[in-house]
Amino acid sequence: MYDFQYVKPANLYDAVAAMGSEDAQALSGGQTLTPTMKQRLAQPGTLVDLTGVPELKGIEVGPDSVTIKAATRHVEVERSAELRAAIPALVELASRIGDPQVRNRGTIGGSVANNDPSACYPAAVMALDGVVVTNNREISASDFFQGVYATALEENEIVTAVRFRRPDSASYQKFVQPASRFALTGVFLAKFGPEARVAVTGASENGVFRHAGLEQALSASFTAAAADPVAVSADGMIQDLHGTPAYRAHLIKVMTKRAVQACGG
Amino acid sequence: MPSVSMVVNGRQVSGEVEGRTLLVEFLREQLRMTGTHVGCDTSQCGACVVHVNGESVKSCSIFAMAASGAEVATIEGVANADGTLSVLQQAFQDHHGLQCGFCTPGMVMSAADLLKINPNPSETEVREWLEGNICRCTGYHNIVKAILSAAATLRGEAVAAE
Repeated sequence: MYDFQYVKPANLYDAVAAMGSEDAQALSGGQTLTPTMKQRLAQPGTLVDLTGVPELKGIEVGPDSVTIKAATRHVEVERSAELRAAIPALVELASRIGDPQVRNRGTIGGSVANNDPSACYPAAVMALDGVVVTNNREISASDFFQGVYATALEENEIVTAVRFRRPDSASYQKFVQPASRFALTGVFLAKFGPEARVAVTGASENGVFRHAGLEQALSASFTAAAADPVAVSADGMIQDLHGTPAYRAHLIKVMTKRAVQACGG
Repeated sequence: MPSVSMVVNGRQVSGEVEGRTLLVEFLREQLRMTGTHVGCDTSQCGACVVHVNGESVKSCSIFAMAASGAEVATIEGVANADGTLSVLQQAFQDHHGLQCGFCTPGMVMSAADLLKINPNPSETEVREWLEGNICRCTGYHNIVKAILSAAATLRGEAVAAE
């Protein structure tokens, strides 16, 4: 790993200022960034550790929405009784990220800012009509995620929170790649009144996406059978040693149907 | 170089580190506490698990500077004050929960965290908790047995020796 300057600001103002240094990179839990730096795939000049910024911590459950501050760790989401009552699918999702030690460090802000094509949280943000809040604006999920490891974040911009709309019901179904514990294919389904939203992670070469055909079918009839006639194309799906595009396309439908059943449909 | 200080197994320590110095490197190379192992160095295997402020973490994936001011607990601090093995360590011995022993420090630190959070885990919960700890010798069976046995002992239940 190349050396860098490590700074740990105590408030958001100082954190934003530190991000102005040359080749600065935000560090949250570091469960992705640290291994990446060991492989010399990233070589920041300054690492800005955000875990000491109090403005970036906490969970707020409101009547219509839930806000999780960016430096909130997966373990805190996993163990939040308030959140479990509001959006249990989100708690389930957090409890199955990586392993306990990774969950003790990794954060929601780091996950969405990194936008790994197989990460779990981006699917939740897309399906739950989420908004990514930064130090200077709010970005809707569909604008925020821009392909594999790409987001709408500008230089020096820091994710401060993620806000989710509270659904009537939701479920996250993850088909785990057993070595990495990332999603080989994961589907986050959320139901708002008659509207069904289906977000898919781990499958597409363009990262997280919503499946219009499945959404349309499930919004018309919220049953597992309604997904059967929907065509799920293998075009643009990931091909790797763990699965073919056709396999992933098949998994999308299977995971979607399981999610519908988990939601009582 | 920046200096860092923290409390390791109850002892105040400090040293000069680079930004890139990992916590495990600080423990092993500066403090010469080599009980914490580096296996994969990619945060997969769990041989490097220590506790930071009471929570199990992978010390190969945390910078030493990020643990500045923290309370760190390592395998060297697990035995009883008189040098005898702790209940958990003894259970690993009694149940043959190790063969080559390389993963054991991480296994013990990880299991200790589990038993603190959940004093009465099911076998499934133990196995799921060990997701981030890889053992290439035992097949996990005896590790799971050891942890369940230690949990029972710590709850004050009589445990039959194998």
